[in-house]
This record gives sequence, C-alpha cells and structure tokens, in this order.
Amino acid sequence: MADLLTIKNLRIEATAYPPGEAPRHLVLVDDVSVSVQKGRVLGLIGESGAGKSTIGLAAMSYGRGGVRLTGGQVLLNGRDIRAEGAAGLRALRGREVTYVAQSAAAAFNPAKRLMAQVIETSLLHKLMTKQQAEARAVELFRKLGLPEPETFGRRYPHQVSGGQLQRAMTAMALCPKPDLVIFDEPTTALDVTTQIDVLAAIKEAIRDTGVAAIYITHDLAVVAQVADDILVLRHGKAVEYGATDQIISAPKQDYTQALVSVRRIDHAEKTGDAPILRAQDIAARYHGTNFDVLQDVTVDVAAGQTLAIVGESGSGKSTLARVITGLLPARAGKITFDGRTLSPELASRSKDDLRQVQMIYQMADTAMNPRQTVGTIIGRPLEFYFGLKGEAKRARVQELLDQIEMGAGFENRYPAELSGGQKQRVCIARALAAKPKLILCDEVTSALDPLVADGILKLLLNLQAQEGVAYVFITHDLATVKAIADKIAVMYRGKVVRYGQKSDVLAPPFDDYTDLLLSSVPEMKTGWLEAVLKTRRMESAGN
Amino acid sequence: MHPLIKLVAQRIALGLILLLAVSVVIFLGVEMLPGDTAQAILGQSATAESLANLRESLGLNQSATTRYFNWLGHALQGDLGKALTNQQDIAHAIGQRLGNTLFLAACAGIIAVPMAITLGLIAARYNGRWPDKAISGVTLAMISLPEFVAAYFVIFLLTQVIPILQPVSMVFPGMGLFEKLHAVALPVIVLVMVVLAHMMRMTRAAILNVMQSAYIETAELKGLSPMQVIWRHAMPNAVAPIISVVVINLAYLVVGVVVVEVVFSYNALGQYLVDHVAKRDLPVVQAVGIIFAAVYIGLNILADLIGIIANPRLRHPK
Repeated sequence: MADLLTIKNLRIEATAYPPGEAPRHLVLVDDVSVSVQKGRVLGLIGESGAGKSTIGLAAMSYGRGGVRLTGGQVLLNGRDIRAEGAAGLRALRGREVTYVAQSAAAAFNPAKRLMAQVIETSLLHKLMTKQQAEARAVELFRKLGLPEPETFGRRYPHQVSGGQLQRAMTAMALCPKPDLVIFDEPTTALDVTTQIDVLAAIKEAIRDTGVAAIYITHDLAVVAQVADDILVLRHGKAVEYGATDQIISAPKQDYTQALVSVRRIDHAEKTGDAPILRAQDIAARYHGTNFDVLQDVTVDVAAGQTLAIVGESGSGKSTLARVITGLLPARAGKITFDGRTLSPELASRSKDDLRQVQMIYQMADTAMNPRQTVGTIIGRPLEFYFGLKGEAKRARVQELLDQIEMGAGFENRYPAELSGGQKQRVCIARALAAKPKLILCDEVTSALDPLVADGILKLLLNLQAQEGVAYVFITHDLATVKAIADKIAVMYRGKVVRYGQKSDVLAPPFDDYTDLLLSSVPEMKTGWLEAVLKTRRMESAGN
Repeated sequence: MHPLIKLVAQRIALGLILLLAVSVVIFLGVEMLPGDTAQAILGQSATAESLANLRESLGLNQSATTRYFNWLGHALQGDLGKALTNQQDIAHAIGQRLGNTLFLAACAGIIAVPMAITLGLIAARYNGRWPDKAISGVTLAMISLPEFVAAYFVIFLLTQVIPILQPVSMVFPGMGLFEKLHAVALPVIVLVMVVLAHMMRMTRAAILNVMQSAYIETAELKGLSPMQVIWRHAMPNAVAPIISVVVINLAYLVVGVVVVEVVFSYNALGQYLVDHVAKRDLPVVQAVGIIFAAVYIGLNILADLIGIIANPRLRHPK
C-alpha cells in the first residue's frame, strides 16, 4: 500500500534565546524517518522534549515559535510539503491534515460557538455547504457520544466539560474529511475515568471514518490501545520503531524496556501505630459560596506512613490539604496533630505547628522564587525555624542536597538551571529542612515524565524510611498510589467513599466508584480498552 | 432578572452617584480658587460698598453648603441658572457650544477610530516587519508632539505651503453641513493625529497578546490566512481592551481639546469653561463640569458594558 505520509531523515532545529546569554542552537529532531499508511494509526511516544509534537506538527509543515524544518523530506500524498509556499501550506492544512491539540479548553476560541469553529475548516476550503457541514458535525457529535448532538454546537466552549471539549475537538478535526489527523496528547489533561471514554470515542471515530492518524502521547499504555505502529523517541532521535504488539511485549531497546516496566515500585504496606494526624468530620466551603466542597471527611495517618488521597479533579482532595495546613479554615470538624488539636486557621498556629506540617506542590516551577539560588531556597527554613547561619547553615544545606541525591555544586544554581525532576527534589529538600513530622504532597509527580516521577517516588520512600516522616499524598494517579501508599482514601464529590489500608481498599468487592476508577487506569497491553468497556458498571462522572 | 440587565442598572446607578460626587468636588474646587467673583465682575476700581451689594444680590453671602444645595435643587429640575458674570442663561449659552464640541469630536472620532484599528491590525499582522515599524514610528512621533505644535504645523502646511484651507475655524448657526465640515477640517486633522497613536498602539498590543493563545495556533492549522486569523479569531477576544482605550480617547475629544479650540478660534465648550474658571463663575463651571463628567462617565460605562457583553462567559452563563 502506498504511504500517505512519509517522513525521511527529518531534521528540525530551533534557536533558543535564554535571557542574558548568547543564543543557543538546538537540534530538536535528528534524522527521524517514519511513515503512515492510509487508515493506519502511528503512535509517537517519548518524554517531554523528545520531539513528539514537533514531528507531529512537521506533518503540516508547521513550526512553533522559531522552530524550523532544516533537513529531510515530508512527503504527503506523494509530494514534498517542505517545498510548498505559504498558500500551498494553507491549502493542505485543514483539508489534508488536521490537528487535535492537548488542551481543547485552550485550543477552542472562547468567543465563538462550537459549531462555527467545528465547521470553519470545511467552509474555508469550500469542501461542503454550510448545511452539509453542520449535518456532518451533528453526525460526528453523535458518533463521539456528545450530549444532545443536535444542539451541542450552539454552546460556547466554557459551557461544556473538558472531556466534551476534547471530543468536540476530535469532531472539528474529522469534519473536513482529512486524510490524516494528528492527535497531540488528546487525553493527557483529562481525568482517568474521562480519558477512557474519550479514548474509546477517538478510536471508534478513527475506525469508522477510515482516516489515518498520528497519536502523540507520553503514556505507552494509552498509545497501546489505539496505535498500529509505535515510534519511540528520545532527545529527538528515534529509539525503536515497530508494530504495537512487538513494542509492548518484546521491546528491543533498553529505553523502551524502561518505559514498559515503569511504575513497578514494590512497597510493602505498613500498618498499626497511633495516628500523627487525624482529621475528623471535616466540612469546608470556599468564601462566598454556600456549598460544602468537603463533607464529613475523616482520615488519619500514622507516623512514618503514607496516606494516599485519590480522586478526580473537583473531588476535594486538594481542598483537604488546604484545610489541614490551615490555608482554608474548616467550617466544622477537628484536626488533631501529635496528640494536640490544631487551630483551624493558619494565622493562629504556633511556629512549631507550622514547622511540623510542610507542603510540596505539583508545580515545582512556581513554588520557588526564580531569583533565589537553590542554597537560599533550602536555607530559608533552616534560618526561620532553627536560626542556622553561616557555616552551620551551609553544611546543613549540603546534607539535604545529598539526601535528595543532588550533591555538591547545586547550591549556587538558580531554579531555571534545573530539570523538572531536580526542581521537585529541591522542593522536597526545602520541606525536609524544617524537620517536619508530616509532609503534604499535592500531585508532586503529575507534571513529570514517568521515569523521572519514578525517581521522585523512590526518593520519597527512602526519605520516609530514614526520617520517619509521614506523607499525605494527593494524586489522581492510581499507579502512584499503589507504589507509595499504606492507607488510601478514595474521594468523590467532596466525600470519602472508600477508606482503609491499601490492601483492603484495592481488594474486591469494590463500590461502584472505586471500581470505575481502578478499571479506568490504562494497562500496558493491547485490547485492554475493549475488554474494560464491556465490563463497566458505572458511567463516568464528568465526561 | 437577567444578570446583564442587573449589571446595566448597577452601572448606571453607580454613574449617577459618581456625578453627584463630581459636582461636590467641582464646587469645593471653585470655592478654593483664589480671588473673588464680585471683584472679578466689577474690576479693581470697585468700592467696598458696591462689592458688598453685588455679593448680596448674587447670593454669595450665604454659606457654601446652602449655595451648593440651592444649586443642586435647581439643577435637578433642569435649571442650570444664570452666569454670575453676565447674567446670561447658562443652558442657552451651553447649548450652541455643546453642539459645536460634539460636532468636532464626532468628525475626529469617525475618522480616527476606524483608522487606528485598521492600522493596529496591519501593524499586528506584520509584527516586527517594515509596515509595523513604519506605522509605530509615525504614530509615536505624532503622540510625542504637543497638540498646539501639531496644530501650527498643520496650519503652516495646509494654509501656507499648500493653501487649501482657512486657518480659522469659525462656525455660525445656519451654516450648511458642507461649509461646517470645511471649516473644521484643520482641527479635525490635528485631533486625529493626537488620538490616533494611543488607540492604534492598544489595538496592536491587544491583538499581539491574544495571538499567543493556543486557539490562534488551531486557527493557523485550519489553513486560515494571517489576516483571517486576526480578524476572526484574535479580534473578538481583543475587543475589551481596545474599546476601553477608544472610549478614553473619545471622551478626550469631547472634554480635553481646549488648546485646539483656542488655536483655531473654534467656539466650543472648552473655551467657555476656561473663560469662566478665570472669573470664578461657579454656576457655569459647575454646569460645564457636570456635562464633561457625564460624558466621561457615560462613555466609560459604555466601554465596560461592551467589554462585558463581548465576553461569552458573562453573556451565556453555564
């Protein structure tokens, strides 16, 4: 069969302009060759910075910012699109190739109705009349399982949920009947129970329309469900290219093997001991609302153990962390810590209470002052809580840096000079510097690549063994929960729906919601999606 | 009640309260001016007796509070009173001049607003390339020029170098529209020069800001041309900031152009106000001040409302 898209020896470069430094030349993609046949799905997989999106956009000869295609060929329907001029590219964009972006919430124009945006491409390229395009859009809305397909298009983007927007984006890409659709991390921003529905809808739409697709993701388990072939990328170079079955079950390269076996940390559950923290009958609401975002929440965690709080966005898990820290005073209920009752409000807690409870955030980037060095950042709690100065402080900073496996030389660096994983490690060191008995970890690995996240989880477990610190670990990711938790609380719409030791919570019989949550986590095997959809008991909550 | 209607009502009520506050501030301001109204009317040679008589007859002996509430009571009934200095009916004197002011502002606005937005769009489209640099450079030069300098420059150019217009913009009742337009051509050119840059630069900045959004990339990947992307996808999201700057400039065209009026001997409100501030003629200052404040507040409320209506999140709540 003739190739629809052939990429030969593609080289993509960019020039970076770091502030205050000489411009730096970067090679984003180096010597990558890959092809897509009609009606087939190619998976592009790799960590952030691997060049996945860059290659996907190259299929439309589009470079973000100063990104340039500098070598090789991109053959679409037999012609080299790198040779096309601006008008030629506009003619093929939207007609031959369409694009589904990672965040549909940002990729839809907030000022225009969905229907106008979905049919815009078809009208622009004069592929159909307005009536035909609208009829096709409604048909696609129906096929993708959107509610009230006849009137769905009259809504504005802010009036529908994230999962619905992602499907609408898929409808927008399919509407002009393109030959090829680029899906760029289409389910990454969604909750796990929503992801599965969107994934199924996309897969079905691809199959029914016979369109070819490039599916870009960092999650091998997801791509295994939709792709026929997979190209594994790292640092802009191809690592391994083969059929999906082969990549998943018999990866040849070490890096691919590492990706396949990621998240297999063994953690023996600890039990017993008196709780260091107990939150009892907590209710909380945000200022100016009359709705309790937390209702009757009771959880506890023992010294040196980990309580994982798991749930979807909007389930109240981060709010619980804010209540425990006192940032959001509880409306009702009691928080006891180390045998004493904590004041609900941050401002009226003693300095020692503040020291004992530390927090680590999802976005390490924004949790650090970009103008302070690592040494200053970690040294600050040492000074504030223990009055350390000069040589004593410096020595303790070095000790903490050793603990987070970063070593000498880092104390003079700025956050911008660190990788994502290193930034999160610095945040961990800053929390540890206060010698707390409890650390609240709010989605600390969610923004990280799987292998880096693994390293962070292992570090946290080691630190717990050394220091005896307890964690309240907030996450939406069940694989993380399995890796780190001793106790689990499953939250759903502000309530704890399941709570107990890890082995009990993760063992059947399940309540409906926990069943839905557990069964929605993609597994690293082909055919998982179809199997799980057959056996589900409960519809997704926020699809 | 629909949230929008509630919002409009709230803004209008707020505007009225603001107007009341403005009237107090103007009153206090004029009270604090050095000098004396009776002295200003009668001149240096007036006797103490005649000054006292005049004060008595003008009601200047009453306390400031009484005078303010007297004025307010009459103003609420639509009676702006008589000028202290020449006993002319203020409403009548203002009527003619307000018409002239609005005529000049409208002529300048009708040309400047579309021109500024178009130039802003072109500058945004060719961001960093020569059309952008040319437009930005020229408008920056114009905004940097004091308006009386611009006025004399334009007079020199269009009455001396290319003598096609008259340097004086006298308008009289009974002039035909075309004659009037011809008469105000020079001040209109000057005012367009003065307000163009601000609006153009805001249009350019607002569009460029929106152009960073992910949905602009979506539009580009649909195959839209750069101008289609700007017009269909960037513009609807840049309306609010652009409108607010347009409105500030329109308000300026109504209330702030006294210098241009003087240069061209154009008989309008600004000149009238300045003359009477010098004479401490409180009722006139109060009346014109309130009109200017009402224009300013009204236009800003309008900008607020357009900005809100342009946002579908507020127009169509979840």
